[in-house]
Amino acid sequence: MGRIDTRVWLIVIAAGLFVCLAYVPAIIREGDLGFAVSDVFLYEAMINGLLLGGVLALLSLGLNLIFGVVDVVWICYAEIVMLGMYGIYYLHSFYGVPLLIAMPAGILLTAIIGYAVHELVIRHLLDSAPINQLLATGGLLFFFQSVATLAFGIDFRNLGVSLGSFPLTEDIYISWSRLAAFIVAAACVAGLYLFLTRTFMGTAIRAISQDREIMTLMGAAQGRLYLISSAIGGGLAGLAACLLVLQYDVHPFVGLSFGPITFMICVLGGLGNMVGGFIAAFILSELIALGGYHFDLEWGYVFAFAFFIAMMFVRPEGIMGRRS
Amino acid sequence: MLSLSNVNAGYGTFQALFDCTLEVNAGEAVAVIGPNGAGKTTLMRVISGLIPARGGRMDMEGRDLVATPPHRIVDLGIAHVPENRRLFPRMSVEDNLRMGAFVPSARAAFSRRLEFVYDLFPRMKERRHQLAGTLSGGEQQMCAIGRALMSEPKLLLLDEPSAGLAPVIVQRIFELVRVIREQGLTVLIVEQNVQQVLRVVDRAYVLEAGSIRMSGAAEELAASDEIRRLYMGL
Repeated sequence: MGRIDTRVWLIVIAAGLFVCLAYVPAIIREGDLGFAVSDVFLYEAMINGLLLGGVLALLSLGLNLIFGVVDVVWICYAEIVMLGMYGIYYLHSFYGVPLLIAMPAGILLTAIIGYAVHELVIRHLLDSAPINQLLATGGLLFFFQSVATLAFGIDFRNLGVSLGSFPLTEDIYISWSRLAAFIVAAACVAGLYLFLTRTFMGTAIRAISQDREIMTLMGAAQGRLYLISSAIGGGLAGLAACLLVLQYDVHPFVGLSFGPITFMICVLGGLGNMVGGFIAAFILSELIALGGYHFDLEWGYVFAFAFFIAMMFVRPEGIMGRRS
Repeated sequence: MLSLSNVNAGYGTFQALFDCTLEVNAGEAVAVIGPNGAGKTTLMRVISGLIPARGGRMDMEGRDLVATPPHRIVDLGIAHVPENRRLFPRMSVEDNLRMGAFVPSARAAFSRRLEFVYDLFPRMKERRHQLAGTLSGGEQQMCAIGRALMSEPKLLLLDEPSAGLAPVIVQRIFELVRVIREQGLTVLIVEQNVQQVLRVVDRAYVLEAGSIRMSGAAEELAASDEIRRLYMGL
């Protein structure tokens, strides 16, 4: 019971920090509480943080799924997203494939990459020391970056599709692509939740993440469940690619701008814990959005990383993690 | 039904089983008794394929177990209730049972098997939505046995089913072994609780330091001075 209490405290503290971060800088700057609470751009930043959180939640979901089942952290996960973005970009801008076909094709591509990463690399390292597994996926990160540089060059490429934005109120404009990203990510989180809790295969995936040896006794070929999870995890990276390619330029190093944060979200939430990752995604995205609003954009990341490091002292096992 | 001849097994450079030969006939209940660290759990794990056998032969109804991959063993009609129960703690009782019916043949018969297990253990039906990790020790053992029964096995391997349970519950677990036998299942059981297990099985093997030292009918062993002195504290 004591642990549930700490969680409640954490949420209270996080909410307190959130309010402080939202209002205190404006109060200090303007010396006026009234101005701070009626600052529409602050609310716009909050909403943008929420929308960013949806995509980050989706990214962390795929990484957590693979970790939970296979017990290997894919450091190269964001690079798979990058490859998916390139896939969609080339299909659409180069070969003129309509987006509605290019996007599912991108998801298929990354699912195949996920499958291949497991089959060609991870499978052979399952009994190796964790540090070797980590280094191998880290090596894949640079491999994917180099391949992308060789194949596509270092130019920033833009899909050139703009969905525009719409006014939420007189002053707050919401970008359609961000809103779409949030909605799709939220739907996907819900879909994955239903898959994991309501279907046989999903139940088996949860079971193997709780006790892999016993699933062998039940008659499950571990390798097959690992491949299915890796392919689903890869597909989720592709879905994230669909959402990100609408908002960001593609270049070989684009993975670096959300790879580390995705990894941090997973650790902050409790590695392998999808609910924890979901919550952590919104905590960090709001920190980034609010820090970026009050100071410079980069300051948002500074706050997020500082918060993460502080949390590692307070609760190293993550928000929803289990002490081992 | 199950026969092992000269089976060796171990972990790394450590050898845990030396030339074990053992036979379980259809319809029988057979116990393997012996002190801590004798290799009893290893024996169970070798049979269900979790540890590879290093030499020797293992057959289940004439089919070679040594050459069967671990996840195919359950298809041959062997279900293993592991030491410490090993339920999926953060899943409901019913989802645990569902995983017991993982193999396609059992999956197709899922609702029939579920009914069978719930009839056998009505308590499991009451608790079906509860997380397995929150059950009491005795209930967890029931759930673990129920999970194994879901695959409709012919041979049930029970590894220390009474370990860590209160005496009253231990009594009930051995009662369950009787109930399972009445369902026509063959049982191979590993136990430290020698006195009680010898009352519910037909035959027993004594495993010491990885070798079978003795075997015989349960009443015979229960009457043997050596067994009484070494394992029953009498």
